[in-house]
Amino acid sequence: MPRPGFVLEVDRSTPPVLIWHGEGFRLERLPADRSRVVYAPEPLAPLPDPDAAIRQALLDPMGDSAPLPELLHAGMRLTIAFDDLSLPLPPMRRPDNRQRVIEAVLEMAADAGVDDVVLIAALGLHRRMTDAELRHALGDRIFDAFALHGTLRQHDAEDPSELVMVGKTEKGEDVEVSRRVAESDLLVYVNINLVAMDGGHKSTSTGLMSYRSVRHHHNVKTLQHSRSLMDRPNSELHSSAWRIGRLLGEHVKVFQIETTLNNDAFPSQMAFLQKREWEWDVRDRATFLATSRGLDVLSPATKRSIFHSILAPQAMTSVQAGEVEAVHASTIEAIHRQQLVDVEGQSDVVIFGLPHVGPYNVNSIMNPLLVMCMSLGYFFNFYIGKPLVRPGGVVIVSHPTPWAFHPVHHPSYIDFFEEVLSATTDPLQIEKVYEERFATDEWYRHLYRTSYAYHGVHPFYMWYWGAHALEHAGATIIVGGNRKAVRRMGFKPATTLADALEMAEDQVGRDPTITYFRCPPVMLANVH
Amino acid sequence: MSISEVRDRLGAVGRLGRSVRPSSLRDLPFPLSAPSWPASVPRPPKRSELGVNYDTEWARRYPVRLARAAWTDFVTRPLVSAVAQPSVEGLDRFEAVLGPVIFAANHSSHLDTPLVLSVMPEPWRHKIVTLAGADYFFDTRLKAAYFAFALNAVPLERIKVNRDSLSRARSLIDDGWNLLVFPEGGRSPDGWGQSHSGGAAWLAVRSGRPIVPVHIKGTGRLWPRGAKRIYTGETKVTFGAPIIPDLPARELVGQLEDAIAVLGDEATTDWWSARRRAAQGTTPPLTGPDASAWRRAWALGPSPKDSARRRSPADERRWPPKP
Repeated sequence: MPRPGFVLEVDRSTPPVLIWHGEGFRLERLPADRSRVVYAPEPLAPLPDPDAAIRQALLDPMGDSAPLPELLHAGMRLTIAFDDLSLPLPPMRRPDNRQRVIEAVLEMAADAGVDDVVLIAALGLHRRMTDAELRHALGDRIFDAFALHGTLRQHDAEDPSELVMVGKTEKGEDVEVSRRVAESDLLVYVNINLVAMDGGHKSTSTGLMSYRSVRHHHNVKTLQHSRSLMDRPNSELHSSAWRIGRLLGEHVKVFQIETTLNNDAFPSQMAFLQKREWEWDVRDRATFLATSRGLDVLSPATKRSIFHSILAPQAMTSVQAGEVEAVHASTIEAIHRQQLVDVEGQSDVVIFGLPHVGPYNVNSIMNPLLVMCMSLGYFFNFYIGKPLVRPGGVVIVSHPTPWAFHPVHHPSYIDFFEEVLSATTDPLQIEKVYEERFATDEWYRHLYRTSYAYHGVHPFYMWYWGAHALEHAGATIIVGGNRKAVRRMGFKPATTLADALEMAEDQVGRDPTITYFRCPPVMLANVH
Repeated sequence: MSISEVRDRLGAVGRLGRSVRPSSLRDLPFPLSAPSWPASVPRPPKRSELGVNYDTEWARRYPVRLARAAWTDFVTRPLVSAVAQPSVEGLDRFEAVLGPVIFAANHSSHLDTPLVLSVMPEPWRHKIVTLAGADYFFDTRLKAAYFAFALNAVPLERIKVNRDSLSRARSLIDDGWNLLVFPEGGRSPDGWGQSHSGGAAWLAVRSGRPIVPVHIKGTGRLWPRGAKRIYTGETKVTFGAPIIPDLPARELVGQLEDAIAVLGDEATTDWWSARRRAAQGTTPPLTGPDASAWRRAWALGPSPKDSARRRSPADERRWPPKP
């Protein structure tokens, strides 16, 4: 029986705790009697037979949807869209959930005699996936059957001939979607819900639409009023995405298939990364020492390639299919079962140790903007109720934050970092002055469409993602980061955690209360 | 290199902690030494890795099986032959059985297991697991390892009501292993047999595999419970016909007891007499005469410690009475 999440009150007998630091980790002793550590629940047991569960979900769907076989018939246009490489994290071992689900859907489509089937990677404004990444997500059988015939596509949010405007919501939000989707008889969306933010109408209204649609929910105003991004009823971003998704549903029949994973994020050789420190046995300690000593002598690029080769053993814990909103409600319940940890009250300081990977640097570099997005965007928003840190409190982030960018994946990030952040770090100002120029830049558009680059506007979204935290927290300190890069973002650099805690006292007073959010594995703090 | 140097080489930890100069390995900071346990976290009850929790899987790996086969053939069998001088009857009664079986024997001595293993023919001898009391044979790491190796023993819970160890035994049958069990649950305290517990019958019913009754005669005289030395002498092992488990477990227990008692009668008298008494329902029970304590002890014959009487005609067990 897996143990639920746990909040440890740090005392003098508490051993040092593991804190991630990019492609590495360190052990730090937290001040006794005023610190606490939030530990994730242990991984739930996976479904014993995921393929049978998928088939059952397709045959007995939720909401007012008919079983999938009844929606399939010869002569129809079927589009199967699926989440891109930003999910799951770390990438999971094969077979990926997407492969299992899409194979089951295709079996039924073949039985029904459906010839016109197109698969679309729902990239939104993310970079295109490489063939190897597609093959990993979909499996060889699907890739070989569709890629060579041009029916495995990647959504292009900048191809005017492949986009169609289907209308405006009651709030005036444009709904411009992939033409293939709009003209399909049925859209099957296959998703992996790693965190509560994913899934539901957000899947289609982000992954299959254009910049003209996405900008309605990816902006400073909605993100400042998404409290949190992981709590849909209190998220403006999701309200907008829901309006857009519902309008799309009036034009296209959508059959949503959502899956959840347990949080078994690391292979057994690195079990110590998921264990509570006082339970480390000799093997865990030896592995930690060997790994951390070994990493010390490796170059950043080598470390990065080692860490990005780690495939998570996480496994499917639920699958639900049918009408979008009924499916998503059930998905959120499954996510809460795995990730929710009750936490009493806020603290003056919160500490986040960032790992090597986030949604936007799979097989890539976690550049300073992604550090900002991961810490103030994702980690800060892993809450329901209230943030872990009080208003005006301090966020301490542990990450090397190199002044380094992947030139192929993140070209517009480089210019954003050099040009925009050197002028201002105010999200509203950035949005007002710079966003449109980057979003419509022909060179970025060209790279997004033909290379493997994120859309020109994407770095802006990274910055907006942290807008709520920037408004809420009094200061952000990055431990062990490149000092110039940290200062460029308006944050304070610190050499050690001890220094950072001392600096935090200037903001929140002496002997502040501290919460260390020991993530990964992914969890969701239910702050009372 | 001093301990301080070791610590410094392997990396400073606990940067916020006070610097302590270690004087022994235990003083090294975490993770060089074991972590301290937070006071606010209750310690879980420690799960023993001995007793019924001892993992014997290693003892069934192929290299260990090879080593055990050599040990059984070149150590156990010569020793048993020297000490117990066994004769064996009834091997033909179960040789036609295909697949795993459960051998169920009476039990009065530690010699019983090596004796049965040494007289058992191939292929049974090297493909058999012995169920042994977890509280006695697996209470220390050394004993557990020895018995797991030498006898291919697996722990059986005898103290608490627990089907887990029987379920594990059942999975071994499913994997093709024969079982040797002693349904009396332990060695005889007084030299006479004890009533059977239901484990062997339960296993047979659940697995659908037959039980082969086995009677062991003489070991209780050579190395009885509580004895400080082993005496030499003659022993006899009699195998019975397999019992197909087509009765409920409760009734199968009685059937097995009766079958071993008939084999005991056969070992003391002869097959024909034993058969006739069995047909008449007058087979003497292995639990001995229903009489006062001294008469039960007297019926066992003279003690093997009484060397002056050991070779005399009186050196015979007096139960069951000869016809």
